[in-house]
Amino acid sequence: MIRDNATWVAQLRARHEPAVADLREALVGNLRRALVDRPAANDALQEDAVQEALLRILDRLDQFAGRSQFLTWATSIAIHMALGQLRRRRWSDVSLEEIASQAHLPQHIDNAAAAPDDLAHRQALLSALAQAIETELTERQRTALLAELKGMPQDEIARQLGSNRNAVYKLTHDARKKLKRRLEAAGYSAADVAPASIS
Amino acid sequence: MPLSPREIDQLLRLIAQTADRELNCEECLALVAEFAERQLSGKNLAAGLQAVEQHLSVCNECREEYEALRETLRAMDDTPES
Repeated sequence: MIRDNATWVAQLRARHEPAVADLREALVGNLRRALVDRPAANDALQEDAVQEALLRILDRLDQFAGRSQFLTWATSIAIHMALGQLRRRRWSDVSLEEIASQAHLPQHIDNAAAAPDDLAHRQALLSALAQAIETELTERQRTALLAELKGMPQDEIARQLGSNRNAVYKLTHDARKKLKRRLEAAGYSAADVAPASIS
Repeated sequence: MPLSPREIDQLLRLIAQTADRELNCEECLALVAEFAERQLSGKNLAAGLQAVEQHLSVCNECREEYEALRETLRAMDDTPES
């Protein structure tokens, strides 16, 4: 059955069983499409994600603003749940402290192919960045930023910090702002930094 | 273990793209469906959606979720209705 946005919301708000069943069926199909290239996303994970997504959607119908198709909004939530589960599963045995304590900037760039001027510029930028990380960031900001660079998901960083994903995002956002300001004070604009490749 | 050249490049890119005010992941999730539909239909982004684009440029996880959503919508468009 095809429903418009208002009908979806009204029927789900009333916990209309056929609407809930249709939503579940649509999410199962859409998640299968979304996860087709991810063999680790087995049927059990997809079923869990759909269930989690259904609960969240039913709980937050008021947050649907109606500026997209309802099923697109619902699918975005199901994908968020499924990929979050996949990431947590992949990283749950990795220690945040360990990964962050081992991650650091190299002292020198080893790139024999680079022109001397380029190499000097890149080395100076690297030094400024290392100094900014050392002097500007709190321990938690440094830990979260470096772990994220190593690929650890924010959900897992949050779990190990006893925090939540939004708080971790704020932590790393504040860290990036501090580093940006410090590099700007050292004479590096965003345009100077963006295209510069250390590699 | 020093950061790899690729990771250092990523950090520099993130710093360059950092804005004073950014959406957090929850705010991005609330808007990403509209963003994906507009992107796929080639419509201009409404003012609030430019912040989604900026968030996706600095958040790997939200970008991964957006790309999965975009590919799903594309696949749905390509699937004949039964």
